Amino acid sequence: MSTDLTLKEIQKEWHGTYRSYALGLLFSLVLTAISFGLVILNPLPHKYVHIALLVLAVVQAAGQLVFFLHLGQEAHPRWETLIFSFTTLILLIIVIGTLWVMSDLNERTMENMENMKNMTNMKKDMVHD
Amino acid sequence: MFGRLTTEAFFHEPSQNGAVAGMVIMGALLLILITWTARWKWLWKEWITTVDPKRIGVMYIVVVLIMFAKGFADALMMRLQQFLSVGDSSGFISASHFQEIFSAHGTTMIFFVGMGVIFGLMNLIIPLQIGARDVAFPFLNALGFWLFASGGLLTLISLAIGKFSTAGWLAYPPLSGIEYSPGVGVDYWIWAVQIAGIGSTIAGINFLVTIMKMRCPGMTYMKMPIFTWSCLCAVVLIILAFPVLTATLVLLTLDRYLDMHFFTSYGDGNPMMYVNLIWAWGHPEVYILILPIFGVFSEIVPTFSEKRLFGYASMVWALIMITILSYLVWLHHFFTMGASPYVNSFFGIMTILIAIPTGVKIFNWLFTKFRGRVHFTSPMLWFFAFVLNFTVAGMTGILLSAPPVDYQVHNSLFLIAHFHGMVIGGVLFGFFAGFTYWFPKFTGFFLDEKLNLYAFWCWFLGFLVAFMPLYMLGFMGATRRLDHYEASTGWHPIFAVVAFGACIILCGALIQFFGLFWSIKIRKRNWDHSGGDPWNARTLEWSIPSPPPIYNFAIIPTVDQRDPLWAIKRGQAPKTEKIYEDIHLPVNTPIGLYIGMFATIFGFAMTWHIFWLAILSLSGIITTAIIRLSLRDKHETISADEVKKMETLQNRNEPL
Amino acid sequence: MSRPLTLHHQDTLEAHPDTRVPDPHQDVFSTTTFGFWVYLMTDCLLFATFFVTFAVFHDRTFGGPSPKDLFDLKTVFIETMVLLFSSVACGLALLSSLKLEKTKVIIWMAVAFLLGASFVAIELKEFTHLVHEGNSWERSAFLSSFFTLVGTHGLHVSVGLLWLMVMMFQVFWMGITALTFRRLSVFSMFWHFLDLIWIFIFTFVYLMGMV
Repeated sequence: MSTDLTLKEIQKEWHGTYRSYALGLLFSLVLTAISFGLVILNPLPHKYVHIALLVLAVVQAAGQLVFFLHLGQEAHPRWETLIFSFTTLILLIIVIGTLWVMSDLNERTMENMENMKNMTNMKKDMVHD
Repeated sequence: MFGRLTTEAFFHEPSQNGAVAGMVIMGALLLILITWTARWKWLWKEWITTVDPKRIGVMYIVVVLIMFAKGFADALMMRLQQFLSVGDSSGFISASHFQEIFSAHGTTMIFFVGMGVIFGLMNLIIPLQIGARDVAFPFLNALGFWLFASGGLLTLISLAIGKFSTAGWLAYPPLSGIEYSPGVGVDYWIWAVQIAGIGSTIAGINFLVTIMKMRCPGMTYMKMPIFTWSCLCAVVLIILAFPVLTATLVLLTLDRYLDMHFFTSYGDGNPMMYVNLIWAWGHPEVYILILPIFGVFSEIVPTFSEKRLFGYASMVWALIMITILSYLVWLHHFFTMGASPYVNSFFGIMTILIAIPTGVKIFNWLFTKFRGRVHFTSPMLWFFAFVLNFTVAGMTGILLSAPPVDYQVHNSLFLIAHFHGMVIGGVLFGFFAGFTYWFPKFTGFFLDEKLNLYAFWCWFLGFLVAFMPLYMLGFMGATRRLDHYEASTGWHPIFAVVAFGACIILCGALIQFFGLFWSIKIRKRNWDHSGGDPWNARTLEWSIPSPPPIYNFAIIPTVDQRDPLWAIKRGQAPKTEKIYEDIHLPVNTPIGLYIGMFATIFGFAMTWHIFWLAILSLSGIITTAIIRLSLRDKHETISADEVKKMETLQNRNEPL
Repeated sequence: MSRPLTLHHQDTLEAHPDTRVPDPHQDVFSTTTFGFWVYLMTDCLLFATFFVTFAVFHDRTFGGPSPKDLFDLKTVFIETMVLLFSSVACGLALLSSLKLEKTKVIIWMAVAFLLGASFVAIELKEFTHLVHEGNSWERSAFLSSFFTLVGTHGLHVSVGLLWLMVMMFQVFWMGITALTFRRLSVFSMFWHFLDLIWIFIFTFVYLMGMV
C-alpha cells in the first residue's frame, strides 16, 4: 500500500499545543458566559437576542474548530478545510431551504391545522385519560 | 419470545407462493451446488473474506444481477396485471399484493441495482485508473459491501416471511406511519434501506479518500480519467446526501417504534416534513446513480472513436455544476404538495438550469466522435441508445420542471416514463455498456458479441415499446401505481402494447443471462491475446494484464498527461525504472461478513419486534467492531522476487 | 485483436514535466485522519437534519408545555462546562502522548471519561425527570424533536465513552505506538466534534428556548 511513517514522523503532523488548548478553553468559557448571560440577565430586546446567540455560537464553533480541531492548520493542500467549507455550504442549503419550504407550506395550511388541532384535542380528551 | 412473528407470516397470497417457492428452491440449489463441487473453502478464502476491491466489485455485480432478476420479475408482474385487469377481470394479483410489488420494485431497483452497479464499477475500475494498488480503507470497503448485501437479503427475506411495504419505494407518512401501516412491511423497508444506506455512506467515504489520496505520481486532478472524476463527484454527493436519508429514516422509525410525532398530525407533527427531507436526499441520489454512468461513456466513446475526449475541462466543469445544482432542486419532486408560486418557481428554474451542464456533456461526447474512426461495437450501440432515450427522457424532465405542467402529469404514467427513461436509458444502458467494455479486463476473454447485439436490440426496441406509450397514457390522465384501469378509458390496447414491450425486454435480459454463461463456456474462442489492451484504449487499467494481478501494478506508473496509456503506447510516457519492490497487501478478514450478518439479524429482529434478539445482534455488531478496532495492522507481503515471477508468468497470457 | 496505432493531430500534446506525487500525505495516519474527518462531515449533516427538524417543530407543543416550562439553565450550564473540560482533558491526553508519557495519557483519558460520564448522567437525569412529569417524546412533535436531537448527541457521547474505555486499555497494553497514537488522534477528533455540536444544542435548544 503506502510506505509508512514512524511514530516520531507522525507526531510531527500533530498540531496541538498547550497554548492552543488553553486559548480554546478561555475562548469557549468567555463566549459561553456571554451567551448564558444574555438569556439570564436579559439586557437586550428579544429579536436581537436570537441573532446575538446565533453569532456567539458560530464564533465559538469557529474557535473550537481552530483551537481544538486544528482546522486550517493542516499542510497544503488543505483538503480538510475545503471539505468542511463545502459541507457547510450544502448544510446551509438544506437547512435554509427546508425552513423556507416548511414555513411556506405551513402558511398555506395553518388555517386547517388550527381546526384539526381543536378536533384532535377533543378526541384526545375522549380517548386518553 | 418471537415478538409478533407467528406461523401466519409464512403463508402468502396465491400469487406470491410461486415466487417464494422459486426463491427458496434456487437458494437451496445454490447451496447444494457449492457443497457438491466442494467449493466452500475456496468461496470463503477467495471471495467472502476478501478485501480486494476487484473481488468486491464482482460481488457487488453478482448481488446486482440477483436483485435485478427480482426487480424485473416485479415489473413483469405489474405489466401483466395491468394488461389482464380490465372490465370484469381483476387480474391475477390482489390490490394489496400489487402495492407490495411496486414498492419492492422501486426499492430493489434504486437501492440494490442502481447503487450496486455504481459501487461495483467503482471498486473494479477506480484503483486501476488512478494507478493505485488498493483503496484507502480496504476493510471499510468490504464492510460497505456486506451491509449492502445485508439490506438486499432483508428484502428477499420479506418475500418469504411476512409482507413487504405497500407504501411505495419512499414510504411517505401518514401511510407509512404506525397507524396506517401497523404491519411489518414498512419496518422491513426501513431496516433494509437504512442498513444499505449506511453501507453506501461508508463506501462513499472510502472512495473519496482513495481518489484524493492514492493517485499515482503525476496524476493531478486535471489529468484523471473522466470516469474517476465522475465518481469523485458522485461520492461527494453520497457523503453529503446519505446522512439526510439516515436521519429521516430514524425519524420515521422513532414515530413507528416509540410513538413519536414527527410525521403524525396528532401531536402537531407534519407529514410534509418527511416528503421534504426524503427528497433533499432523493434528488442527489438520482445524480449519484447517473454520474458514474456519464463517466463510463466518457471512457467508451473516445476508445471506440479512436479520438480523445472532446472538451475535458468543460466535462469537469459540467460534473461539478451538476453536483452543486443537484442540491438546489429537490422540491420539484413535490410541486403539487402546495407550496407557494415563489417556492415552486425557484425550484423550477433551478431544475431547468441543471439541464445545461448535462447537455454540455452530451455534446462533448458527440463532438468526440466527429472526425473520429467510430467502431460500432455493442458498447458504442448502448451509447447511441443512451443518447436517444436519456435525452428524450431528459427533455420530458424539462417539461416536468415547469410547475404548471407538473400539476397536470404529477404521479401519472408520464412521470413513470420520464424516470424510467433516465434509469433504464441512462443507468442501465450505461451499466451494460461498461460491463461489456470492461469484461475482458477482469476475465481475460470477451463476451460473445453476437449475443450482445441481439440483447441490445431487444432492450432498445423493447424499451421504446414498453415506455413511449406511457407518455401518452400519462397525458390522457392515467395515474401511477394502479392495479386496475377501467375499460371505459379505452386504454387497454395501450396496456397490451407496453406489456408486449416488457416481454421484448425480457428476451433481451434472458439473452444477456444466457450469453454470460455461454461466453464463459466458449471462452477459449474469445480469448484476449492483446496482453490486456483489446480495445486500444487510453487509460491505465488497460496497461496491466487481464485479469489483473492481485497487486494491480507491479511498478506504480508515473504519468504526465491525460490518457496516460496513449502516451505509453507512443513512447511519450515518463520513464519509470523497472525495479520491483516488496508489495504489502491487507489480509483477508471475515469481520465484514459477521457485521453484515448481525445487521441482517438486527433488521429482522426489529421488524418483528423480537427485541431480545435485536439487543443481542446489536451487541454482536458492537463487539465485533471493538475487536476489529483493537487488532494490530496486519499485512501480507509479496516479495520483490515473487512479483517479478508473477509478472513474467502473466505475460505469457495462458488461457485458464 | 491488436490494431494499428493511429495518430490524430489533436493528440500530439506536450509532455508535461510535472510528475510529482499528487498528494504528499499518503501515509496511513494522514489517510485515516482525513477519512475520519470526512465521516465527521456526514455526522454534521445527520445532526443538521435533526437540528432543522427541531427548528421546524420547536413550537409544535400540541397544547403541552413549552421550553420555558421544561428547561433549567443551571443544569445546562453545568453540562456545558463538564463537556468542555472533558474536551480539553482529551487534548491534554494527546499532548502527553507526544512526549510518550503513557501514565499521564491514561490519567487524562480517565479524567475525560469521568467528565463525559457525568455529562451523560446529568442528561439521563434530565430525561428521566421529563418523562416522569408526563413530558416524554410521545407528548408532542416539539418533545419528539427535543429528545431525538439531544438524545442523539448523548448517544454519540456514550459511544465515545465506550471507545475511550477501549482506547485506555489499548494504551495500557500496547503503550504509545504509531498505531495507538493514530487511534487516539482519531478519537480526539470525535470527542472535540461532540463538544462542537453541543455548542449549537445549548444555544438553539436551551438558550433560545428560554427567550
